[in-house]
Formats: sequence, structure tokens, C-alpha cells
Amino acid sequence: MDIRRFLFITLIIIILIGVVVLVGSSQVSPATIIVSMLATTVAVATPLTLGALSGVFCERSGVVNIGIEGMMLASAFFGWFAAIYLNTILGFQPLPSLLTGVVVAIITGGLLGLLHAWLSITFKVDQIIGGTVINLLAVGISGFLNRQLFFEKGSIFGGQVPHAPGVLPRIQIPLISDIPVIGKIFEQQPIAISAIVLVIIAHVVLFYTRWGLRTRAVGEHPRAADTVGINVYKMRYWNVIIGGMIAGLAGAYFTLESVPSFEPLMTNGRGFISLAAMIFGNWSPFGAWAAALVFGAAQALQINLQFFRTLIPPQWAFLQQSSIVGLVPYILTMLILTGIIGRTTPPKADGIPYEK
Amino acid sequence: MEAKQGQVNQKFKTRIQRWFASSWSALLVPLLAVLTAFVVGGIVIAMAGGNPFSAYLGLLEGAFGSTKSLSETTVWATPYIFAGLAVALAFKGGLFNIGAEGQLALGAVASAWVGYALPGLLGINLPTIFLLPLTVLAGVIAGGIWGAIPGWLKARTGGHEVINTIMMNYIALNMVSYLLNGPMKDPNPLNVIARTPEIAESARFTPIFSGYRMHWGFILAILIAILVWFLLWKTTLGFEIRTAGANPDAGKYAGVNVGRTIVLSMTLSGMLAGMAGAIEVTALNYRHELGFSIGYGFDAIAIALLAKSHPLGVILSAILFGAMRNGGTRMQFLTQIPVDVISVIQALILLFVAADAIVRFIFRIKAREERVVLTRGWGG
Repeated sequence: MDIRRFLFITLIIIILIGVVVLVGSSQVSPATIIVSMLATTVAVATPLTLGALSGVFCERSGVVNIGIEGMMLASAFFGWFAAIYLNTILGFQPLPSLLTGVVVAIITGGLLGLLHAWLSITFKVDQIIGGTVINLLAVGISGFLNRQLFFEKGSIFGGQVPHAPGVLPRIQIPLISDIPVIGKIFEQQPIAISAIVLVIIAHVVLFYTRWGLRTRAVGEHPRAADTVGINVYKMRYWNVIIGGMIAGLAGAYFTLESVPSFEPLMTNGRGFISLAAMIFGNWSPFGAWAAALVFGAAQALQINLQFFRTLIPPQWAFLQQSSIVGLVPYILTMLILTGIIGRTTPPKADGIPYEK
Repeated sequence: MEAKQGQVNQKFKTRIQRWFASSWSALLVPLLAVLTAFVVGGIVIAMAGGNPFSAYLGLLEGAFGSTKSLSETTVWATPYIFAGLAVALAFKGGLFNIGAEGQLALGAVASAWVGYALPGLLGINLPTIFLLPLTVLAGVIAGGIWGAIPGWLKARTGGHEVINTIMMNYIALNMVSYLLNGPMKDPNPLNVIARTPEIAESARFTPIFSGYRMHWGFILAILIAILVWFLLWKTTLGFEIRTAGANPDAGKYAGVNVGRTIVLSMTLSGMLAGMAGAIEVTALNYRHELGFSIGYGFDAIAIALLAKSHPLGVILSAILFGAMRNGGTRMQFLTQIPVDVISVIQALILLFVAADAIVRFIFRIKAREERVVLTRGWGG
């Protein structure tokens, strides 16, 4: 990541935290606010980090995936459904139900990844349209099944939403949780932790393994890769499926880690913002994570301002309007895409179907 | 002399035959895609514990069963035609406008504002002949601006319109939510809903038939579709839009200002979507209410793709989608199958239209070589 973008990211995060500190410092000490803002930032950046990683895998192999939003939404639903089903109908304990839910979410994402791969690699459907198909399908299926399975009379839950098995518990990582401030920030729930671990794994896999080299080869110059014996289609298929699975884990965050419920359209554009994070992060895992943290901070601002609603001075009354503060991530996304903070280069064969 | 006449007749006949043959082959695959989607949708319904046959019967009855339901189908189809045209026109220019949703919502808000506030601001009762066009124009302009911004960003900075139009959607919806809950909220003390006051009488279209909700907007939509067809295929601007869309490099050599064309296409596209919102306000609801337009933008994409971006095809596919939305309520009433299943079927239609190779494979139809190119990566 070049120095300009790094400075930009740091600056934005400092400004966003600074606003909350300014508003809330009369009641809560700045240190507490900063730690809590950073912890919230890391937590709410989770689906964005995972979404961006999903995009990195797909696009490094040459397949544009704008279906991440839909993959997240469908996985959020099926993971949640599996967890509730196990917990209330089959009588499993909450924790194993939730963990199985996560696995189901990952599988859902993987299957949608397979569908995207099938459309864009085998049928060579325009990849943006393929992604749109997945987005629409996810909205339809999750909305339909949500109503059919939970709210209709005679459904398996008898027409009312059953008690959800809660959310995944926070975990303390042995050595890290002993460090004073850092420990507090990284005392997170499992999907948030695994997102950070996955960033590191993705970096190593993409840049230090044979698999990664081949992935990048088919994304940059598939013809050359093909002539040295790399199976372009197979590499792309696997990377899109892996990307789908990561998007599925991001989906699990919404219903199994963040809140114990499902609402139609609850992903709220996070999948698309992830793509902006991926672009700003120059298609690299660490870059994507850093960019995801900016959006996380913007959202943390919105969440934390809610706590200090009453402390907001009258001349800043617009900060009370959550629909105005909520604009920050979207405007940031557009600003970043203009390239004024430095342009990035996509993989050369990104979005181009490979014809043998 | 007679022989010559016969020859001309013969020529004319073959032309007609060819025209039918080409329209038929153009229609065949979308029709089969729709059919396949309904079959797969039926399987989904059966798997979720419903009876697909009674569901589809309910759908048909709700959509076309009576003059009332026919009228309602046109009511649903009207915004779909405008929004579908918006997406189709952008497609022709090589642009993917996912932002019809936001452009439509802002258009509706702008129209509603002019419709209820302008007479009061000016202090005079404007006659319909002035106020109605002004009200519609306000929505068209608002939508146009909302479309022009991502177009300009694309032409100027290369920022991809897919993400930017989606971001503009969220910004628009947040703004509309703020306006309808705050400054523009209906001040009537009995009102608890986030909606604007009613627009002035003189800012409204009159109904076509009394007792039916079908309105002039439907007729206008069809006229606009013909106008868009004329623009795209019979004018220089249309030629430039299609050239920039089909092959920007060739366009550049042919002297087309591609950047300007991108901004223009997105502006026109936004204007059409804004018009969808304006017509809903002036001809149907007489106000704008929060959340009424959710999902129009994405449906519009499916409509445009099903129509292969042809303006006249948009009319047909918008009526199909309108019929499904309208009939869906009846279906839910009769069979307790949630109306959301319509979204599943629509997504499946889009799937089979986009991946027409699947349909061709199932029904053994030979491929015609035509591929729509929309994406060339992120364009840096």
C-alpha cells in the first residue's frame, strides 16, 4: 500500500473518532471512547473485510463478482435458518447450532460462487449481469423463504418466529488479550477474529504459494498461463468458489454474530462497499482490510453517536439525524472511486471471459 | 407490367416473411426463458409446500381476470416501462445503470415538492396546463441530475458506474427518508406516515375511466418508449450512444466524443427513471410516500435485459412484470403463497435470459452470434 493511501486511511479514521471524542468527552473519558470506537470499528468492518477478500480471490483470477452482496444475504438467511432449526426443532445447544449455522452459511456462499463461476466461466455470461442475477436471486429466495418458513400458518415453526439461539460469544485470545489497550480492541467475536486471520492467510496464499502465483497468472494473462499448462477454467472456478465461501462467512456475521435475527435486505449495500474497499486496497488482502476499516470507522461513528445523542451541541444538530450521518460510508466510497487518493490497477484480465 | 407487379409483390412478401422470421427468432429465446423460469419457480413453490398450479392460476386471475385487474396491471406496468427504458437506454450506451431506484425516488420527491409547494410559494393558482408539466419536469430533472453525476464521474475519473449508481441509491434513499420524516412531512396532525402532503389539484393527471386506477401515464409511457426507439435508431445522438456502447474505441476514431456521450446517456437514463417517479406522483398517488418504490430499480434491470434493451420490447416485458406483481397479491390471497415468490421467478427469468445458452441447450436452439458487452473490468 502506498504511503498516500495509508495516510488517507489513517487521517479519515482519526477524524471520525475525533468527532465522537469531541461530542462525548464531557461525559466519558477520551481514552475510553477511542478504545470503544476502535473495537466497534474492527467489529463492524468484519463483513466488509470478508467481502473485499472474497472480491480479491475472484478478481485476482479474472472474474468480476458484484454478486457478493447477494451471496452475503442468502448466506445470512440460510445460516440463520440452520441455527434456529437445529436449536428449536432438533434441540441442539445454542453454540453447536450457531457453529453449524456458520458452516451452512459458508456452504451457501460456496454454492452461489459455483453458480457465478458456471455462468461467467462456462457460459461466458457478462459477469456484471451474472452478479446481478445472483443479487436478485438472493433477495427473492431469502425474502420468500423467510416469509414462507417463519410467518405462514402451517410452516415448520407454526407461524411465529421461534426464539433465536443468540449470537456467537466473544473470545479471548490467550496472549493478545493480556496486552492493555490492544487486548480490549481485539476482544472480538469469532467471525471478526477469523476475518483478520483470513487476511493474513490470503496474503500468504496469494503471494507466497504456487496456487497464488497461478491464480494471479490466470487473472493477468490467461493465454500465457494456459500455454504453460495451467488449467485456466479450473483455477477460476476454484477461486470464485472460495470467494463465495468467504462471502458466505461474511453473511454469517449478520445473523449469527451481529444480531440474532434476519431481516430482508439486511446487508444494506455492504457487499458493494466491499468492492470499493477491494479496489481502494489495490486487490491486495491487507489493502482491502485497511480500506474496510475506514468504512468500519464511518459506521462506528454512526453507532457511537447514537449513545451520545443528547450531548450533541445544537449547532451540530445534523449529527443527530442518523440518515445524514449514515451517508458517510457511501460518500467515502464514491470519493475513493474517483481516484483522487491515488489510482489502483485491476488485474489485467479482470472481467474478460477466457476463450480457448 | 403485370409481371413487374408480381415481382414487387413477391419482394414485399419476402420482406414481410423475413421480418416475421427475425422477430420470431428474437422473441423465441426470451419467451422460452420466461417459460423455464416459471417451471423452475413452480418447483421452488412445490418444495416450499405450496401447489404451483393453483398459485399460477391465482396469478393469472389476479393479473388478467377482470377489467379491474387489467387496469391494475397497467398501473404496475407504467413505472416499469419508464424505469426499464432508463436501464435499456444506458445499456445501449454500454453503461449499467443500477441507480434507477434512487433516480426514481428523487424524481418522485422533487415532483411532489413542486406539486404541493409551488402554488403556495408563488401565491397564485397555476392552471393545470402550466403546473402539471412543471411538476413532471421537476421529477425528470431531479432524476437526470442523479444519473448525470455517476455518468460524469465515469467519464471524468473512470469511477465505475455500477458501484457509483448503487452508492447514489443509498444516498438518495437516505435523503428521501430524511426529507419525508422532516422538512417535507405531511403536516396534518393525524398523519403518522413519512409522506408528503397531497399535490395541488392542478398538478394532477385526470383519470382515463372513472372507477379504474389506470391512468394517462401508461399511454405516455408507450409514447416515450417509441420516442426512445426513434432517438436511438433514427438520430445522430442515438447513433453516437450506440457506437460508444458497442465499441468505444471505434467510436473515438469515428469522431464520437465518448466522454460527452457517457454523460448524456446517463443523464437521459436518469431522466427516464425520474419520470417514472414523477408520473407515480402526478397520475396515481398524488403524493410521495416512503418505501413505495423499493425494488423498482432492480426489477427495471431484469425488464431491460428481458427486452434485450429494445425500447418496444421493454413495453412487453414491463407488462409481464407488472402482471406478475399485480397478480402476486391475488395469488397470496388465494393460496397463502407469499408474494415474494414473484421475485424468485423474476430472478430466474433474468438468469435464463442472461445465460441463454442454458435455454438454447434445453430446447435445442441454434445460437445467433450476438453478445452484449457491458463490462471490461473496472476500467482502471
